[in-house]
Amino acid sequence: MSERPTLRTPLSRVRHLGPARAGTEHFWRQRLTSVALIPLSIVFIAIVISLIGRNHAATVQILGSAPVAILMLLFVVTGIYHMWLGMQVIIEDYVHHELLKIITLMANTFFCAATGLACVFAVLKLSFGV
Amino acid sequence: MASPKARVARPLSPHLQIYRPMLTMTMSIVHRITGAALYFGTLLVAWWLIAAAAGPNAFAAVQGFADSLIGRLILFGFTWALLHHLLGGVRHLIWDAGYGFGPREREFLTLAGLIASVGLTVLIWILGYLALGGAR
Ligand code: HEM
Repeated sequence: MSERPTLRTPLSRVRHLGPARAGTEHFWRQRLTSVALIPLSIVFIAIVISLIGRNHAATVQILGSAPVAILMLLFVVTGIYHMWLGMQVIIEDYVHHELLKIITLMANTFFCAATGLACVFAVLKLSFGV
Repeated sequence: MASPKARVARPLSPHLQIYRPMLTMTMSIVHRITGAALYFGTLLVAWWLIAAAAGPNAFAAVQGFADSLIGRLILFGFTWALLHHLLGGVRHLIWDAGYGFGPREREFLTLAGLIASVGLTVLIWILGYLALGGAR
């Protein structure tokens, strides 16, 4: 990797480089969201099971109630953030063409922002009414 | 960073063509595949929430999808992907903490995750069908 002679110290190299130009925060946030998602995913599955077979009115009432809505928001926001970080790693691993990498990284961010905001908006609308 | 001497001491990467496939390496890529599947699976969660917020007609479309055979297959796959990724994630966290690297433990953790994810998926769907029976 570092065959060419360079004046940069190893410290300056680790401070600034890496495919995402960032260091351990990414790894740490991936773990943080993973730990949070263990209970939140179980809660999400439980909420879905409790809603199976219910009609629209009942679903709205349950999803819009404060505890369920808050848990759904926690799950959605944590999950989207986690998958945004995760997909970034996948892209960095497989997409090596510089321009294509920037485009796919952008698309990842747009997708996560749009999906996440849509979910949050829907849950808030269910809670606060029209 | 590495001096030429340190370079020589590094372990060599295995020869891919003669490398015995192991459960751990298969499950490593499956963790990534399930992660990517869940990534797009959130579109279903978003659709469901938006439809519930939009009104009875939009919600009926989601229910129609969930009632269809293809819809159920996709949701079954979603359930398994989430559980398998969750258990795989726990395994990764155990490894991150520095435990479970021995040849026996790592194979056990991996196999246990696979078996548990399938078992729990079936269990959840049994619960789901019971809930369906109860609610109607
Ligand atoms: C909302 C549901 C979830 C989605 C959409 C999701 C998505 C993803 C994606 C796209 C990746 C990147 C895969 C890779 O780098 O190979 C990933 C990695 C990861 N996920 Fe999830 N995930 C979810 C839930 C969970 C849960 C419940 C856990 C529980 C512990 C978890 C733990 C992890 C871990 C530890 C990694 C990193 C694996 C590695 O470093 O190789 N995820 N996830």
